[in-house]
Amino acid sequence: MRIPILKLHKYLLISVQVELDDQTALQFQEDLLNKIHQEGSIGVVIDLTSVEMIDSYIAKVLGDVVEMSNLMGAKVVLTGIQPAVAITLIDMGIMLNEVPTALDLEQGLEKLQQELEG
Amino acid sequence: MSIQSNVEVHTEWGIVSARQAGRNLAKDAGFGNVDQARIATAISELARNIYLYAEKGEIVIQYVEDTESPVSKRGIKIIAKDKGPGISNIRDVMEDGFTTSGGLGAGLPGVKRLMDEFDIHSTAGEGTEITAIKWLR
Repeated sequence: MRIPILKLHKYLLISVQVELDDQTALQFQEDLLNKIHQEGSIGVVIDLTSVEMIDSYIAKVLGDVVEMSNLMGAKVVLTGIQPAVAITLIDMGIMLNEVPTALDLEQGLEKLQQELEG
Repeated sequence: MSIQSNVEVHTEWGIVSARQAGRNLAKDAGFGNVDQARIATAISELARNIYLYAEKGEIVIQYVEDTESPVSKRGIKIIAKDKGPGISNIRDVMEDGFTTSGGLGAGLPGVKRLMDEFDIHSTAGEGTEITAIKWLR
């Protein structure tokens, strides 16, 4: 299963709508980095509104893809993390401290703009 | 409404099926959104451990009732069992940040915090059985 990655000017937009199994998550990591490289994108928003569960493995893959994208020169913002997911992650002791987040796609794009200007 | 779900875990898809089965059972049992996520996440961690370290095993999810305590309680019990290499250093694996797989090391201590009761039995060379319960409040 592949997660679609949409291009919007200099940005990439992803809305994760599938149950994230390990393979899909890893494939996404690779696809996103390739797409950043291809399109020369400077910013990425990954929307997690439809994701009902993030376990430690998926959290690691997401945290890693943010850092990998940063290495390539693209900023990533995660948006739409559900209340239950936020609670579960903190219960687990997973902080994702370095990862920029926003409430929804709209605010995520605003945050990207701020990060890129500042 | 089924009483019990048994899911064989020997592929990555087993991890997904186990947590979906757990979420469905938790929903049927009357758990709210957040506890459903907690239960599904705990199952995901336990199933992944089976897949990573024992290659195959089984996750059993069932309703439990505690009639011995003064106020009878209902909840969901997860049993994760495998005949893998076993864990010789249980104290280490229960510590936050300890990992041998390059993960976050949040798995087992995380499961313990997500659930209300947690019990681990493991014999080196024979396998591991982990039981965790979440009570309905």
